[in-house]
Amino acid sequence: MRRVAVIGVGDTEFGELWDYSFRDIGIQAGLAAVADANISADQIDALYVGNMSAGRFIEQEHIGALIADYAGLARDHIPATRVEAAGASGGLALRQGFTAVASGLHDIVVVGGAEKMTDVSDTESAAIQSSAADQEWETVLGATFPALHALIAKRHMHEYGTTREQMADVAVKNHKNGSMNPKAQFQREITRETVTSSPIVASPLRVFDCAPSSDGAAGVVLCPLDMAKKFIETPIEIVGSGQASDTLALHHRKDICTMEATKVAAKRAFAMANLTTKDVDIAEVHDNFTISEILAIEDLGFFKKGEGGKATEAGLTSLEGEIAVNTSGGLKARGDPIGATGLAQVVEIVTQLRGKAGKRQVKEATVGLAHNVGGTGATAVVHLFRRV
Amino acid sequence: MKVGIVSYGAYVPRYRITPEEIGKVWGVDGKSMSKGLMINCKSVPSPDEDTITISVEAARSMMRRCSVNPKEIGAIYVGSESHPYTVKPTGTIVAEAIEASPHLTVADFEFACKAGTAAIQTCMGLVGSGMVKYGVAIGSDTSQGAPGDALEYSASAGGAAFLIGADKVITTIDNTYSYTTDTPDFWRREGQMYPRHGGRFTGEPAYFKHVMSGAKGLFERSGTEPKDYTYAVFHQPNGKFPTRVAKQLGFNDAQVKTGLLAPIIGNTYSGAVPLGLSAILDEAKAGDRIFAVAYGSGAGSDAFEMTVTDEIDGYARYRAPTVKELNTNLKFLDYATYAKFRGKIILGSE
Amino acid sequence: MATAPRYWRENDSRYNLLGFKCNNCGRNYFPPRAICPVCHRKSVGKIEEIKLKGTGKIFSFTEVHDCPEELATQKPYVLAMVEFDEGPKVTGQIIDCEHCELEIGTPVRATLRKLSEEGPSGIIHYGYKFVPVKPKAP
Repeated sequence: MRRVAVIGVGDTEFGELWDYSFRDIGIQAGLAAVADANISADQIDALYVGNMSAGRFIEQEHIGALIADYAGLARDHIPATRVEAAGASGGLALRQGFTAVASGLHDIVVVGGAEKMTDVSDTESAAIQSSAADQEWETVLGATFPALHALIAKRHMHEYGTTREQMADVAVKNHKNGSMNPKAQFQREITRETVTSSPIVASPLRVFDCAPSSDGAAGVVLCPLDMAKKFIETPIEIVGSGQASDTLALHHRKDICTMEATKVAAKRAFAMANLTTKDVDIAEVHDNFTISEILAIEDLGFFKKGEGGKATEAGLTSLEGEIAVNTSGGLKARGDPIGATGLAQVVEIVTQLRGKAGKRQVKEATVGLAHNVGGTGATAVVHLFRRV
Repeated sequence: MKVGIVSYGAYVPRYRITPEEIGKVWGVDGKSMSKGLMINCKSVPSPDEDTITISVEAARSMMRRCSVNPKEIGAIYVGSESHPYTVKPTGTIVAEAIEASPHLTVADFEFACKAGTAAIQTCMGLVGSGMVKYGVAIGSDTSQGAPGDALEYSASAGGAAFLIGADKVITTIDNTYSYTTDTPDFWRREGQMYPRHGGRFTGEPAYFKHVMSGAKGLFERSGTEPKDYTYAVFHQPNGKFPTRVAKQLGFNDAQVKTGLLAPIIGNTYSGAVPLGLSAILDEAKAGDRIFAVAYGSGAGSDAFEMTVTDEIDGYARYRAPTVKELNTNLKFLDYATYAKFRGKIILGSE
Repeated sequence: MATAPRYWRENDSRYNLLGFKCNNCGRNYFPPRAICPVCHRKSVGKIEEIKLKGTGKIFSFTEVHDCPEELATQKPYVLAMVEFDEGPKVTGQIIDCEHCELEIGTPVRATLRKLSEEGPSGIIHYGYKFVPVKPKAP
């Protein structure tokens, strides 16, 4: 397998982007990534696009062709592929691009992710997001996506003593980081009280425990490592990639307080990279709900099972902590346009590893981890990055 | 062969509302309404309940209490005036839910409040003629009264199911008699949400004429009189009518007490006599005789006289809730919640 | 969107808790599948239909406030993960109770209720919901 580098990144603002269509944001992010990589259109060999549900959000399928077309690449008839794994669509698209370059099939690959969630009503958006769960045996029986995570939270509190305040601390930290990220959907700091006094969504989860619906897109450019310096000064190598699946329905999992898919994907990525959690300086993890970040930092191996809440409360995952988690603001504050999220995580990691993260820069960050989850943990994708 | 009830099951939702609470909203003295109707509260179905779910609950209780193989059921008839579908029978869903499908006949019945008892008579005929081994007759409703109308104080929800057969019957149905005329005392046109009624016309020429005629016709056919019976139950649109008709016929309070449920659950329409009969069977002993007259507007009465058999001693009544048990763990509602539950508030999405 | 066949197909499981037992390993599953996820092809021909009793206990639960339109008249409602006596877990509403009365471990039993309907002129969908089991009075 060839070694693979990220040579360009780009993203849009995340938020309610009323003036921009799905096509607009997809192209915006792609153009930014391609410009950042100093490449021209005719050098692109293939395109991968992560997107969860354009078919229901904007009644449009065939996203690969759509983005290739609007990027002006259809004239060159490049191979364009849409990748879907619910919330993990972006991370999975990255893995497809990585595989294509690593295998030697393609040289220069653009991987993007985009989602336009605000053209439908809130209730419709919630219903679409619930299709990441088991439609026939969870959603039909009355489950909503937040409710399923609430079941996880309640059980985690029951088994490990995780507290309401510890969960709030995840949101507080991520909003703090988001306040230093000009592209974030939410840029104001909050307190524990903001979280605990916000309306209940599904007990114990409240509005501020949940990532918002967002519009946004992000893209990266990949090429073989030995070609990278032709284009930019600081290539960032993808040193590890791991993917895993698990049961679709939460009630079929071995242990609902552990996302086994995260553990296995991480194990696979670390094995490929020949690294351990101790080597990681920054991690962008899938915090679509505050409890999800607590599970993530446990299942990725940064903290023992059951200790995620305590670690967050103690500040161990802050910018200055042992492991800086979600320096971008995470899904909670940066926003969560579903198909784009996995790539937005890469944009943040690359920015940090290049030393370009401004106020939220983690000192001497060398190795970063991106963790992207689909559904309540039925898919997990983990990538490891290192500054070359 | 002796045809009768092999098993029975009842269901009443746990929500209640009082006439006082309803009266508050419409500027009516709910307390005196309550006294006049002899109704202390009526049952209200939850938004996720309907005649189908109520029928299934009652039928499943009925099956739990006996050991009959559901595949031996040859017919299921559900009588109601609030079938969820006008076209697509309640009975087919009940059949699937008690695993009686597919080798059986099903149809839904309508005859105002006596649709369930009409179903009992039909099953008696099918069993008695040897056409089926077992038939299920269900009377259940989630009837509605128009906001502010007199019926709103009494129209309630509930139902009961009866397994009719000739094998191990706990109660034989010895005789039945019906009295039917075209009397438009109460009706509902297709597509209309609420029924209409003839006010005082629903009394003498309707309820009383048909119940009395039905009772007298049965006394004659069976050669019996009120004192022969341990229990008597009459259609009960409120607590007053059945009490008065019982007295007029010559029954005493002790005979009528057990089957009189209107004061605590209101008028369950097609479920009224079936539930009253269930309450009686909940405590009846071998040898007890039961007199029942159901009334349906439009109009007609179905009268039955029954004898409880020795089989009741070994009957597993405890496997399902009795009517008394169904009247525990109650939740009383305010009018706003009641209106929301009953779909009386126009929702934005529609 | 008309969904009659898709819902109809699952009625046996949604009304009557039809699951399956793998006679190769002895495990019980709900809902039914083509093969046992542990035994894979070794389970072909050894799948036995079973009906779950419907009794179980609460494994986790939540009170849902933000809910789909069709459940608007029931909100807030309780959603739970229930572990059946036979082993399999399912997701469903707990009804006829107050949220505060429930605990992890509360025994429940399945019953049939309306799940949703496709508007006032559409099909009505029925399926399992759970009621707490009252301890028998001494």
